[in-house]
Formats: sequence, C-alpha cells, structure tokens
Amino acid sequence: MSQLLLSASPHLHGKDSTRTIMRDVIIALMPSLFAATLLFGWRTLAITAVCVASCVASEYLSRVAMKRPQTVSDLSAIVTGILLAFNLPVDIPLWQAAFGSVVAIVVVKQMFGGIGCNFVNPALMGRIVLLGSFASTMSEYHLPLYAPADAVTSATPLASMAAGEELHYSLLDLFLGNRPGSLGETCILALLIGFAYLLYRRVITPVIPVVYIGSVFLLSWLFTGSATVAFYQILSGGLFLGAIFMATDYTTTPVTRGGQVLFALGCGLFTVVIRQFGSLPEGVSFAIVLMNIITPYLDRLTMPRVFGATKGGARK
Amino acid sequence: MNILDLLFGEPGAAVPHRKDTRYCVTANMPAPATVTLMMSQHIGAPCTPTVAVGDTVAVGQCVADSDQFVSAPIHSPVSGKVKAITSIRQSNGQIGQALVIENDGEDRVSEDIAPPEVTDKDSFLKAVRNSGLVGLGGAGFPAHIKLNPKNIDEVDTLVINAAECEPYITADFRECMEATDDILDGIAAVMKWLDLAHTIIGVESNKPDAIALLRKRAAARKMKHVTVKVLPSRYPQGAEKMLVNTCMGRRVPDGGLPADIGCVVMNVTSVGFLARYLKTGMPLITKRVTVAGTGVQFPQNVRVAIGTPISEVLDFCGGMHEETTRLLMGGPMMGIALPDPSLPVVKQNNAFLALTEEELRAHPQSPCLRCGRCVAACPMKLVPTSMADAYQRGDLEELKKRHIMSCMECGTCAYTCPAFRPLVQNFRMAKAALRAKK
Repeated sequence: MSQLLLSASPHLHGKDSTRTIMRDVIIALMPSLFAATLLFGWRTLAITAVCVASCVASEYLSRVAMKRPQTVSDLSAIVTGILLAFNLPVDIPLWQAAFGSVVAIVVVKQMFGGIGCNFVNPALMGRIVLLGSFASTMSEYHLPLYAPADAVTSATPLASMAAGEELHYSLLDLFLGNRPGSLGETCILALLIGFAYLLYRRVITPVIPVVYIGSVFLLSWLFTGSATVAFYQILSGGLFLGAIFMATDYTTTPVTRGGQVLFALGCGLFTVVIRQFGSLPEGVSFAIVLMNIITPYLDRLTMPRVFGATKGGARK
Repeated sequence: MNILDLLFGEPGAAVPHRKDTRYCVTANMPAPATVTLMMSQHIGAPCTPTVAVGDTVAVGQCVADSDQFVSAPIHSPVSGKVKAITSIRQSNGQIGQALVIENDGEDRVSEDIAPPEVTDKDSFLKAVRNSGLVGLGGAGFPAHIKLNPKNIDEVDTLVINAAECEPYITADFRECMEATDDILDGIAAVMKWLDLAHTIIGVESNKPDAIALLRKRAAARKMKHVTVKVLPSRYPQGAEKMLVNTCMGRRVPDGGLPADIGCVVMNVTSVGFLARYLKTGMPLITKRVTVAGTGVQFPQNVRVAIGTPISEVLDFCGGMHEETTRLLMGGPMMGIALPDPSLPVVKQNNAFLALTEEELRAHPQSPCLRCGRCVAACPMKLVPTSMADAYQRGDLEELKKRHIMSCMECGTCAYTCPAFRPLVQNFRMAKAALRAKK
C-alpha cells in the first residue's frame, strides 16, 4: 500500500477545467474563422495568427516578468487573440493587430492580476484602444470577396444606416455575412453554430445573448418604429459576436441570475443609444465595456435569497 | 425542474454514478477476534462505558450509554470479555474513548434480548432509543430525537430517504432490494405510533429496480398511504432539505427543521432496521457497508459487526491495491479521508472507498474565473464567489451576511469549480471560526 493522502471533501471533481472551457470556446470560434476566411480571404488567417501569437507571447512574458505562476497553458490568451482578430478589419496592418494584442494582454489583463482579475474584456479593450489610436485603418472596411459592388472598400451597413443611406444588402446577405465589417462579426450563421456548441457543452447559458440581442431588437423597433430596421440593426455590426462571445465572458460579467439579466439589458440599452444618438455607428464594444465596469455592483445588487429564507432573510 | 433552472443552469451537480456494486448481494462478514466500539457513534454527547474491564458481555448487551438528551446507547456485537477502555484518534481528528471487546466466538446472545413492548408513542420512542438507532444515512443523529420534534402534532408526513445520491454507495439500495418488507413494516410502525397520515419514499431515478420493487410490495400490501417518489438523479438530492423540497414541494425554512413544514425524515436503512428491532429486540450491532473503488480487489456490499477494524473489512474484500491513494469513509462528495485503515466501523458508516487520484480527477488549483458555476450549482442559493472573496480577506462579518451558516457543506461548489478552488473547504473553516467566536 502506498501512502494514503488526506483531503477535505469533496474528494471528487467535475470534468471541466479552465483549459477545457477555453478549448471549447476556441472550437466554438472555428466556424466563424472559416466563414471569415471565405469572405475576406487568406489575410484573415494571417491577422488571427498574429493576434494569437502576440497574445500568447505577451501572456507568457508577463508572467515571467512578474514572477508569477505560468498560466499560458490555460489557453485563455488564445481565446483573447482570436476574439481580438475577429474585431478587426481585414486591411489592418499586422503590426497594429500585434499592438492591440499586447495592450489587451499586458495592460488590460495581466496588470490587473491575470486571468479572472481583469475588470473589462481584454479583447474589447484592445479593439477600443486600436479604434482610438488608428481611427482610419480601424474604420476602413473591405467588401467581402463575393459582394456584388465594384468598389473595394465600403461603409458598413450600420454606418450607412446611421448616415441615412439606402441599404443594398438583403437580410440574407447580412445573415450569411456577405457585407463589409470586422472579420468575425459578419457571418451570423457561423456565430450561431458556435453559440449552439457552447450551449451544448454548457460553457455558457443562453440568458445573456438572448436578452442582449432581444433588447436591441425591441429598443431599435421602439426608436425607429420599424421591425425591418430592427432586424437590420441586430444582424449588422458586432452584436452577435459581442453577445455570444464577449458579453458572456466569465470574469467581467455578473454571476447572479438577476445580475446577468440586468447586465444584458444594460448592454442592449447602451448599444441602441450609442447607435441611435452617438456619433459612432457601432456601440457594442462600448456598451459591453461599460457594463463590465459596473458588474461588481450588479452582483451586489442582485444577491439571491437563501433557500428557505423568509422575507428579510432572517434565519429561523 | 423549472424554466429558470433550465435557462440559468440547474442547482446541484451531475456527479457520475459509479454504482457498480448495486447487484452485489450483501455478504455477511464473520465478527472479528476483537471489536473496538467508539463511544461517539452519533451526533451529540459521547457515551460512557457501563461495563468494566474484565467483565463478560453477550451479543446485544448494552455496554455504553449516556444520560444526556442527545445520545444513543451502544451494544456489543459479540460475546466475550472487555479487554480495555482506551483512547483513539477518531476520523474527525479528535481523541475519543473506545471499548475493546475480545470475541470468544460463542455468539452467546444476551438474555435481555426480547421484542420491546410498544403500546403508545412514548413506549415507541423509548424502544427506538433502546435500539441504539442513529441516522444511518451518515449523519448519525439519534433517531428517537429526530422522531420526536417539538411540534409533533403538526407533523403528518414521514419522508423516507432512499435517494443515495453519493457516487459508488449502494448500501441503501441493497436495503431496498433485500429488506423491502422490513422497510414497509418500519414505515407502518412509525406511522402508527406517531399518528402520521402519509409516507413518501424518495428514490433517485438511477435505481429503477428499487422503485419498482417498493411500489410492487406497497401495492401488494395495500399500503395506500405510502407513495414512492422518483427523484432526479442529481447531487445533492439526498440532502434533507432538497429531498423534502422534491417530495413535498415545500421548502424547510432557513435554519429550521423538516418538522416546520410538517414532516419527519428517516433514512431507508434506519426504518428497515427499526422494523427488525421491533420484531426481534436485537439492537443495532451490525451495519451494511459498500466497499468499492478501483483500489478494492472485490468491490461489494458487506454486513459487518460494528467495531470491526476497517482494515479487516478491506481484507475481507480482497484487500487494497497498491495504487490506492485515498481511503474514504463515506462517499467521495462528503466522506472523510482516513490516514490509515485501523479505525473501527461505527454505526453511521455506509461505505469505505479505496480510490486513485485518476478516478477522483485530482487537479492543482488555478485562479478563479468568476464563471459562476458554483453560484448556479449551490442548492442553498448562496454565492460562493463572494464568500470565497470574503474568506480570502478574512472578513467573517461579510461571510455571516452572505449566510455562510446556511451552507450545508455538500461540496457541489468545489465539485463544479473548473479552477479546482477549495470553496466548501474554506467555508467549513470560516463556519468553525464563526462558531468559536460566539
């Protein structure tokens, strides 16, 4: 008999670990990567590779520099890299993509303590920093390879809508991603396949994406008075990418049921308000980051009542 | 399951069943050469020996008792001589008194053994106390106290706990299969003497044989007031509050007892034993335990004399494999890891598991992701993430505000944690610190 180990119960563990969860998210992002490559060409893969490589290298070097336990094997830096790449236009210079990745991992994630400690989504913050630093390259959108128009670049459907121009994309075009936009955001079909996989693997629950997208739909309908416009609003821009993959980021979203609903409603409200009244055509990143910041308060506000507690919560 | 649970994630955890010993008919292990009876085999005051070193004792003779309210007497499972009264480090780490009896192998039954005379509630409860019965599901709460809540007049339902939600363990399942009529007899007795109107037997859906057999026998005996409720196979379904909620559709108030919502709860093996005691008068001196895990040569269910060294129980099952790294008393979710197998079997033991690190999925801890799985999983609706933060800050007041005293330590939070954080383990420490502060 070997030495018996002592431990406090539970001695048995579930199957999931941080690594398996991150692996599932990476798998769920693959349909969108495939679709983006079809739509925007091979440069998609180059940008994604640069983002992933810079994120992983930043994570590794940050941990070494801070003399902290190495966390690069939990795969979370790969997720951040892919998500950041999905938020970039296809023509972005590769060095800018790398810069955004370093900001996302070093400044937003590791300087606050690494995985689980950042208070905003690193990929989104990376995108926002790039948007502020390189406004022209970040808002120049290439037409997909299969687009009917002759031009090479074009305004995104959201920008066209905000400018009051007529749209020449059908809802089916928008659903399949045949429109200009960030790499991973355009093909709704691919995002939904990833969503289904995440639900199947129980990595996320449907609450935040459904409430977020639903509230954007209803509020857009309310503001514009047109259900058709509301459909265009939810299918354009980064809403599905944001709602499925960013607003469900564990670390920066509430853990309570009530908090998650309020979070998603807040994201929906800010997204519509920015789109309708702001000077920017898109508001998903800012909406999610804003709600990320108030997440601790949402959790405090919505602490559930203990099983069997009476009103007021006093123990019998 | 309600719609909110479906959307946000169900409380509890889908633990693996691993009930490989379910079709192993209980084997009877001969009583060992010496038995060691711990004086603390229940929640409450430990007993003191009523016999002296050198005394001769018989099978079923009361050898230890206490005049404290929360306690239960202890009986000798063998005939022989009291060899020593010693001190032993118990599984909970504390030193406890123990009575060592040398078995003379004659199986001389005590002359006091006779079916108890029961004529009313008081004589019934007295008989329950004399039987030495404690909650056999694992908690070990003296049965005569559990069956006698202050508001007994408002209680109308008996809930029988046959959930057995811990992985590996099949001892209660074997009771359902082998002693179906004892269970129903015991139910009838409790209902009669406590004047109860209904009984609900809760069995998890992963035990269809037990459900079918209990239903068949209850129908054959025309016990219309007994229903068998199929429970979802989801840990911790066997926790008293969860069981009562599923069976009765009512929640036990926070900090309250099942009697507050009109029921008393008994373990299925407890109620089966009670029926046998009422028939024969033989007190609780043996116990069925599941011996399982990949570290055991011949996993099975064994009826053992209380006081048998666990090492001998393991030897009876072919011994432990080399690769065994953990020996558990009880299930892998709430059981206690033992430093060595020399401790004796106590009344409330229901399993001994010899396990390897691989099947326990042991893993070093990593930083909390705030994924919220523990929050969704907590059956008591606590928020383990904020409790863990408060624990790390050493903020006991905050922990109290977060209702840590309502934590029943089922371990679902730590089981589901993908970062393998010691959640319930920390909460136990915090609860102890809060209790000590009082």
